[in-house]
Amino acid sequence: QDTQKDKAIPPERAEEAKLKAKYPNLGQKPGGSDFLMKRLQKGQKYFDSGDYNMAKAKMKNKQLPSAGPDKNLVTGDHIPTPQDLPQRKSSLVTSKLAG
Amino acid sequence: FLGAGGGNDIQWCFSQVKGAVDDDVAEADIISTVEFNHSGELLATGDKGGRVVIFQQEQENKTQSHSRGEYNVYSTFQSHEPEFDYLKSLEIEEKINKIRWLPQKNAAQFLLSTNDKTIKLWKISERDKRPEGYNLKEEDGRYRDPTTVTTLRVPVFRPMDLMVEASPRRIFANAHTYHINSISINSDYETYLSADDLRINLWHLEITDRSFNIVDIKPANMEELTEVITAAEFHPNSCSTFVYSSSKGTIRLCDMRASALCDRHSKLFEEPEDPSNRSFFSEIISSISDVKFSHSGRYMMTRDYLSVKIWDLNMENRPVETYQVHEYLRSKLCSLYENDCIFDKFECCWNGSDRQVEFLSLCTPDLSNIVMTGSYNNFFRMFDRNTKRDVTLEASRENNKPRTVLKPRKVCASGKRKKDEISVDSLDFNKKILHTAWHPKENIIAVATTNNLYIFQDKMN
Repeated sequence: QDTQKDKAIPPERAEEAKLKAKYPNLGQKPGGSDFLMKRLQKGQKYFDSGDYNMAKAKMKNKQLPSAGPDKNLVTGDHIPTPQDLPQRKSSLVTSKLAG
Repeated sequence: FLGAGGGNDIQWCFSQVKGAVDDDVAEADIISTVEFNHSGELLATGDKGGRVVIFQQEQENKTQSHSRGEYNVYSTFQSHEPEFDYLKSLEIEEKINKIRWLPQKNAAQFLLSTNDKTIKLWKISERDKRPEGYNLKEEDGRYRDPTTVTTLRVPVFRPMDLMVEASPRRIFANAHTYHINSISINSDYETYLSADDLRINLWHLEITDRSFNIVDIKPANMEELTEVITAAEFHPNSCSTFVYSSSKGTIRLCDMRASALCDRHSKLFEEPEDPSNRSFFSEIISSISDVKFSHSGRYMMTRDYLSVKIWDLNMENRPVETYQVHEYLRSKLCSLYENDCIFDKFECCWNGSDRQVEFLSLCTPDLSNIVMTGSYNNFFRMFDRNTKRDVTLEASRENNKPRTVLKPRKVCASGKRKKDEISVDSLDFNKKILHTAWHPKENIIAVATTNNLYIFQDKMN
C-alpha cells in the first residue's frame, strides 16, 4: 500500500544518467573547460601554407587528401584545400526584412 | 499608461510582421539583435549577414485613432563584412551581436553596432533638400560650357524626396582577442564598454585608437579557465558602476572609482546551489545569457537557460524573484544537450517606462514590473511582478489579424494534454525566440523569430 509517493529522482539527475549511458566517456568535469575552450576557439581554422605546399609537391601525381568527416576540425593530417574552405562572401543582397 | 502597477493585464494584438515567408531560411537572414532607440520612434535589427535594418514609426494617423503608428523601413545598410585574420587563422563572422542607440543630440541618429571583433559608430541622417541652380553645372551634374554663362544666379535649396544615409563615423577595432558579447553605453553619454569572453574594455566615443581594459579574467594558465564573461551592462544612473555576468551564474558589480582594473568586484551576486540537485547540466543551465538593469537601477534581471531572476542590488546572496520560463525542459536536458539547444542564449527585457511619471512619483515605485523573454516553438513569455501572473504568447503568421487579442498558449508538461495545449515533445526547438525588445514608452513590443520580426501592440480602447 502506497502511503506516500515514491521518492522521485530529480529530473536533472535522470537526464544526466541518460546522457552518461549514451556517452560513458563524457568528461568528469561538469560543464567545465571543454565547453569554454570550444567557445573561445569559435571560428578558428588551422592552415599551414608550408604543409600545404609540401604536400602538394609530394603528391603531384596523386589525389590530394579530401576533407575528413569533421570539416570543422581541420588540423593535423588533414590539409585543407581551397575547395574545402567555404566561400567567404559578404551579403550583397538587401535584407529581406527591408523588402 | 503602462507599468503603473497591476490593474489591467495588457492585451496584446498582432500589428505587423517583417521578413520573408519562405521556410528556407538563408543564414544571413537570421536576426541576431533587436533594439528600440530612446524615443521608440526607431527600431533596429541586426542579422547574421552583417546587415542593419532600421524601421521608423509613422506619425499617428488622426483618422485611425485606435492604432499607433506602424513601423516601416527607414534605412538599411551593411554594417560589418566577413573578415579573415590571417595571423591567427581566424574567421571573423559579420554577424551583428548587438546594437545600442545613443540618445539623440541633434538631427542625426547614432548607433553602435558590433560583431565579434569590431564596434562601429554609425550616423544615420536625413537629407530632404538639395541645392539647385549652380552656375557651372547642369542639374544632372554635367559641366556647363563657361562661355555660355551670361548671368549669375544664387543656388537655392529645394525639397527633394527624403533620403536616409548611414555612414560609419568611428571604427573601434583591434581591442578584443575574444568574441564580443556586449556593448553598453554609459549614462555619461561619452563612454561605453565592450565585453568579450574574458575582458571588458572602456572606450570614449570620440577616440578609436585607445581603449582601457577594466576587467581581465584571463587566467595565467588557460588550463585553469573555469568561467567566461557572458554579458555586461552599465548602471543606468551611476556612471562609474557596471555589472558583468558569467557562465557560472554569477554577477559581479564593479565600481570604476575603486581602481583602474576592476578585477576585484564590489559586489558578487550568486544564488547558493542546492548540492543535492547538482548534475552534469547544472553549470551549463546556470550560465547567464543576458543581464538588464531596471529603469531605476535598483534591480537587475538575469536570464539563464530555464529562468529569469530579479536581483535587488542591495542583496547579493540570492535573487528576490525567480520566474520559470519553461521548467518542463528540465526533463529534456539530455536531448537539448545533444542538439546543442542547451547553449542557446536567450535575452530578456523590461517593460518600457514613462520617465515623466518616474520623476514625479514621490515614493518611486520601480516602474520596471513586467519581464519579457523568449522560448521555443516561437513562444515568448511575460511575467508581471505585481500581479504574479504570467502569460505565454506565440509569434506566428496564423494570428495575424490586427486588433485581435493574442490567445495565450499552454504547454502540457506531462499527463493528459488538454485541447489547445501543446505537448513538450511537439515543440519545435528550431523556432527560437532569442531576441525581444519593448518600446521605451508605449506598450509596443518587437519579437524576433529566426528570420521574421513581429510587432505587437496592446489593444487600445
